[in-house]
Parts: sequence; C-alpha cells; structure tokens
Amino acid sequence: MITLILRDLRIAVRAGGGFGLSLAFFFIIVIFFPFSIGPNLDLLSKVAPGTLWVGALLACLLSLERIFALDFEDGTLDLLATSPIPLEGVVIAKAFVHWLTTGLPLILLTPFLGVLLGLQTSGIIFLITSLIFGTPALSIIGTFGAALTVGIKRGGLLLSILVLPLYIPTLIFGAEAARRGSEGFEMQTSILLLLGVTLLSWAILPFAAASVLRINLR
Amino acid sequence: MAISIKSLSVSRGSIKLLQGVDIELKSGHAGILRGPNGVGKTTLLRALAGLQPVDSGKIEVSLADICYFGHTDGVKPTLTVRENLEFWANIFGSPSIEEVAKKFMIIDLLNIRAGTLSAGQKRRVGLARLRLTGCPVWLLDEPTVSLDETSVKIFGNIIKDHLSENGCALVATHIDLGLENNAQIIDLSQYRPNSGELSSSDEGFL
Repeated sequence: MITLILRDLRIAVRAGGGFGLSLAFFFIIVIFFPFSIGPNLDLLSKVAPGTLWVGALLACLLSLERIFALDFEDGTLDLLATSPIPLEGVVIAKAFVHWLTTGLPLILLTPFLGVLLGLQTSGIIFLITSLIFGTPALSIIGTFGAALTVGIKRGGLLLSILVLPLYIPTLIFGAEAARRGSEGFEMQTSILLLLGVTLLSWAILPFAAASVLRINLR
Repeated sequence: MAISIKSLSVSRGSIKLLQGVDIELKSGHAGILRGPNGVGKTTLLRALAGLQPVDSGKIEVSLADICYFGHTDGVKPTLTVRENLEFWANIFGSPSIEEVAKKFMIIDLLNIRAGTLSAGQKRRVGLARLRLTGCPVWLLDEPTVSLDETSVKIFGNIIKDHLSENGCALVATHIDLGLENNAQIIDLSQYRPNSGELSSSDEGFL
C-alpha cells in the first residue's frame, strides 16, 4: 500500500499529474470573492469561512475524476485488482494520496487567503482546524464517487452531481464550526459532528468503493 | 501448480458465450486458447482472474497464484521504465528488476519515461511484470500484439522457462509461440452454447 501511495504521489507531481491544478483553482475562486463583493472588510470577513469552505470543496471536486480514470484507461486497475493488495487498500491509498495532493495544500494555503478576506488570526486558526477535520471526508467521499463513475467516458459532470450532495454534511458542519469559531462562540459540537462524518465515511466508504470497482471492472 | 476448470459457463453482458468448458492443465504445460473473434477468450481469462463472475462451474486454482495480462499494458507513461517495474516488484515482493529487464531486452530503456516508448517496447515492459510477480499461473490475453518477430521468439522462450520452473500458462493468441512440445491447443468454439443467441454475440462488446 505504501508502494502504491508513493507511486501515485510521484505521478501526481510529474508533468500532467494535476498537482497544483486544484490549488490554483482554489486560489482563483477565493480571490474572486473580494472582487465581486467589494472591499467591505467587515462583510468579507463574515463570509470568509463559508467562501473558503465552498472553494475547498469545488477545488477538491476538480481532481476527483483522475483518481481512477487514468489507472482504468491504461489497464493498471485490472492489474491492481488481481494483485495481492486488496481493492479496499487500493481505495484507501488513492483517497489518502488525493488528500495529500489536494486537501493538505489547500489547508496550507488557507492562512494567506484568510488574510486576503480580512479574517482575524483566531478566525484563521478555527478555519484551519475545521478544514483539517473535514477535508479527509471530501477525499474519501470523492474517491467513492470516482469509483462509481470509473468506466464512464467523460463522466466528470455525473461525478460532480453524484458527489456534491454527499458533501453537504461536511460543508454544513465544517463551515458552521469555522463561523462559530471566528465569531467567538464555542465550536465543539460542530467539530465533533464534522469529525464524526469524516470517521464514518473513512470506515464505510473504502468497502463500498471497492465493491463498486469490482462491478465496474466486469 | 495446475489449472482445473470443470463445466464452466461464462457470459458477457447478457449473452452466454461459453458453456461447459473443461480444461485440465498440468504444471509445466501451457494451454493455447484459439477461436474466432468474440468467441469468449478474453471473457474466459477475465473470469479465471476473478475480474468477472462465472455463471456456473468450478475453477480450481488459487487467485493468489494468478498473474493476469490483458489487452492493455498497465504501464504508467509519466514514470520511467525502472519506476514502473520497481512498483510491481515492490507489490509482489520480488528482488532485482535488472535480470528481468535484461531478459526482456529493456535494460537500456530503464531510465526513459515510459510515455516515450514505442508500442512494442511498452508491451515488453508490461510483459516484464509477469516475471516480477513470481506467480506460477500466467493468464495471457494476446500478449504478442505489437511485438516484432525477435521479441515474439524471446517471449516464447520466456514462457518456456516459466513452464520449466513448474509454472503453467493459459494463452489466448492467434500466432505460434513455439511451445509445441508442452502446449495443448484448446479450441473454444466447441464450447459455444447451441442456441440462437450466437448471431448477436457481438452485442456484449458494444
């Protein structure tokens, strides 16, 4: 599994691997908000947590299709399915690499964008906390969606439509935690619920994704 | 290691392709699957590899012993040949890739990005994986596509080596691999189900 993680990381940072694409997308989307709303710092700092969360979600969506599509096209997925690694392990490795190449860079970029949107330091810290707990769920749910649509040519749009509704709980609790935190209320409940969603999806979805992969490979 | 298949039936889509397939393959022997396009060679091999469910029948071979090689090479274009081979070597826990690379005549290509290889070279990289897995049972689906004559001969010898190490192989191919001595030819058209569905046997591939 570690071999697979290392290989996918290597592919991601090579030319055409897509690393940085979602990061740039996230950056651009978030920058658009001050442009469209205007330089009202008070208003900006109010919408900042939600904006950054929606931006992270869309950026995450952008790179989902590649998770299995490339391996499916060149036949590697067949070979992985017949290799000693269980497919559940393949799914976990893929989701983890997706988080490392999408979720983690987004979290690292957030402090800068938070400043851009006029968030206070405390607000940024709460936002980052909520992203750390929430983005792993985005990756595993997205991997499940990618497994569902793996055999479909140009299934990107279908994938978005399938996955976005599943992101709603993460979005609600994540943005709520960040908002409450930046406004100085206690955020424990939201964070715990967010963590619950994340842990539940990591516990269940690898099995679900592996079984839909098996069906799609037939 | 032997393969034993008893009265196996497989379908593609909703069409029954093969019925009552009986194949006994002793270790050290190869089975050559023959038959016209669409008869079910690929479907049979995929069913044996566990990629596809079977309708009925029995397959007596452990999935852990099987190495499947399909129409696609499974070679990552953005990785070098060495990285590609090392990946599979690590997965299957096999030692050095150098020896295998020498055998498949790709030793000079090890540091080149696989995306820049020709189709035949890429195929050789894909085939080299077979040796790296150390699996005793090889399921090969048209392995010689895009290989030149010399490479076909070399690959034939590699299969022979594999057979002499008590391995066995089931190969779907239309050409002669030079395995006469320990190969049995299996014509799959004899296992066609005798019903009217045959005329539409291409449907499952659409």
